[in-house]
Amino acid sequence: MFGSYEFDWSSIPGSLNFLGQGLLVSLEITALAIVAGIVWGTLLAMARLSSIKPLAWAAAGYVNLFRAIPLVMVLLWFFLIVPKFLESFLGLPPGSDVRLASAMIGFALFESAYYAEIIRAGIQSVPKGQLAAAHALGMSYPQAMLHVVLPQAFRNMVPLLLTQAIILFQDTSLVYVSALADFFGAAYKVGDRDGRLVELVLFAGAVYFVLCFAASQGVRHFQRRLQRA
Amino acid sequence: MITIDKVSKHYGNFQVLTDCSTHVNKGEVVVVCGPSGSGKSTLIKCVNGLEPFQDGQIHVNGTSVGSPKTNLSKLRSHVGMVFQHFELFPHMTIRDNLTLAQVKVLKRDKDEAAEKGLYFLDRVGLKAHAHKFPGQLSGGQQQRVAIARALAMDPICMLFDEPTSALDPEMINEVLDVMTELAQEGMTMMCVTHEMGFAKRVAHRVIFMDHGRIVEDDSKEAFFANPRSERAQQFLAKILQH
Repeated sequence: MFGSYEFDWSSIPGSLNFLGQGLLVSLEITALAIVAGIVWGTLLAMARLSSIKPLAWAAAGYVNLFRAIPLVMVLLWFFLIVPKFLESFLGLPPGSDVRLASAMIGFALFESAYYAEIIRAGIQSVPKGQLAAAHALGMSYPQAMLHVVLPQAFRNMVPLLLTQAIILFQDTSLVYVSALADFFGAAYKVGDRDGRLVELVLFAGAVYFVLCFAASQGVRHFQRRLQRA
Repeated sequence: MITIDKVSKHYGNFQVLTDCSTHVNKGEVVVVCGPSGSGKSTLIKCVNGLEPFQDGQIHVNGTSVGSPKTNLSKLRSHVGMVFQHFELFPHMTIRDNLTLAQVKVLKRDKDEAAEKGLYFLDRVGLKAHAHKFPGQLSGGQQQRVAIARALAMDPICMLFDEPTSALDPEMINEVLDVMTELAQEGMTMMCVTHEMGFAKRVAHRVIFMDHGRIVEDDSKEAFFANPRSERAQQFLAKILQH
């Protein structure tokens, strides 16, 4: 099949600007989902470890729900539902472009379920005696978590959090379901326009590979340095 | 200073403490000993509310530990505690370990807290190590820092939970020396320990526990000369052979 296929890469150079903007959208979604995922994920993790049973159950339910649904479906729901909700809630005119916002919200809510599990393991990796010692010095639970437990937990889970960030960056390609021009979406559009889908999808794949491989090498290097320290 | 009145505690069906009653007067040093699993660590952790208990009452300086109305954080801020595994905060320097609770709990300003922390660090002989992290110190040094950290809070009494059990033998004395000095200055102390030499030298009273009960509660002279219960006699015979 490839024997008779003539590759033609000529549509890429002229589209680099458009593709670059797409990459920026992908990175924006990644960055926001990491920040929101860590903040919301930390709260979820603490709720799940809480001795207040209803709170622990609610958090466990949330985490299990999102971890049992494919991301692409979550994004599609948010693409279909959130714009309607935002329109009525914020009084936006119908048809406003809130695709980016809904994709970001969908991503943040989904990824925080994964972050919550990483952070829960991180909190549990801190010996119980640390919390007891903080309490014995008169610190409240929030003070003990903030100053004693969480800093150690995050230090232990930095490599895992970074690895999850790389997975998340790859996952952003799924926002193509909302026809948003992220990097993959942009490549697809260019390929579709010029009838050069094979080349553009190969090119996009190569870019994802280079970025993610470089980042994971970076994480490994960082991890080795942490272990030596 | 500390009164423990008919305290009982159970985990589900497992009874850890049964009807424990005793008291520690101001300036008194009470050593709590007994075989492992006898509930001595649990009892001492009940005193500052780290372990909840179901029945009975504990009062520290007149404040009821078990009462839901008690501000436990406030109570703990002036009851010092030293743990078996030191529990210094490994992500902070020694200096920060000494100042964190002073600043966050007692609301002292940073300079005042640092000065106070260094004063007590000097007293345990480790002033030169202020900039280091706990992992860079030996076990004995870490435990001395832990004692300094508790003292920097100006505690009204000190609780020691097997402070030398996790130490290599050659480091035990440096910790016991600090504790002895503290006792001689009149600090009210409750110590769970197997160090009978320390008990003989420093304690005023010795409590012996077995199976969650206080079996003996006597002056040190009476305890060592003539333990009343068979269980305590056996325990002493075994531990003093070493």
